[in-house]
Amino acid sequence: MIYLLFGYFAIVSIVAGVCTIALRNPVHCGLSLLVLLLHVAGLFVLLNAEFLFAVQIIVYAGAILVLYLFVLMLLNLKSEEQYLHRTYPYVIFAGVAILGELLIVILQTPYGGAKGEATPEVVLTVGQSHAVGITMFSDYLLLFEIVGVFLLGAIIGAVVLAKTPKPTDQPKTDLPI
Amino acid sequence: MTVPLWYYLVLSGLIFLIGLVGVLVRRNIIIILLSIELMLNATNINFVAFSSYLGNLAGQVFVFFALTVAAAEVAVGLAIIIALYRHRSSINVDEFRLLKW
Repeated sequence: MIYLLFGYFAIVSIVAGVCTIALRNPVHCGLSLLVLLLHVAGLFVLLNAEFLFAVQIIVYAGAILVLYLFVLMLLNLKSEEQYLHRTYPYVIFAGVAILGELLIVILQTPYGGAKGEATPEVVLTVGQSHAVGITMFSDYLLLFEIVGVFLLGAIIGAVVLAKTPKPTDQPKTDLPI
Repeated sequence: MTVPLWYYLVLSGLIFLIGLVGVLVRRNIIIILLSIELMLNATNINFVAFSSYLGNLAGQVFVFFALTVAAAEVAVGLAIIIALYRHRSSINVDEFRLLKW
């Protein structure tokens, strides 16, 4: 059963990813990215990460993708005739080659390593969000604060960059007579 | 009964490569940003898979931070795109060659 769910989520996310980079209309690309994000959220549920499942749907699908679609509709682009670079066959060839290397490395590596204390049984007894929250606000508190400052900087940067520039030409009364 | 770890690694490698090819192939800057989102999501899958298999919650905390970084990147990137579009009325990467030599 779990293999079936994994296969469904994996296949749909790969197909949606290919559609994201292959479709011509940018709005369709954004909507296929939405499909991918929702199915990756499903994968998070299979991995016992309910908190990230919720965050993925709220932040990625709810906020980031809406921002993309908003900008796409603001710019009101027409679909171009030639939307790929001329060199795209070479890039796809290189991608397939890198995929082969990656498969070799992944399949040859033994995955051992020390197990931590947060096994699925422990996490499911205290609740996953609770466990993640305790970790985030004890060991990674400084990182959390830094991320807050970082987000503030990003917001200010976005507002400054996207602001409408003031018209530079002076009103007529200032012209020398 | 759980899915073996390498299934997740292969899936995330595939999604990362799709994003990489998208960055190199497309000419529309917004789609390039979308492909970067694909790559970030692939790393998130890896983080969560290892976190779940090794029993260490630090991976999930890092995914949370990666998400905030992605949100910041989108906000600033889209603002830059709007500013670019205002100046050049195009978001085609082939037409921006001011910094090339």
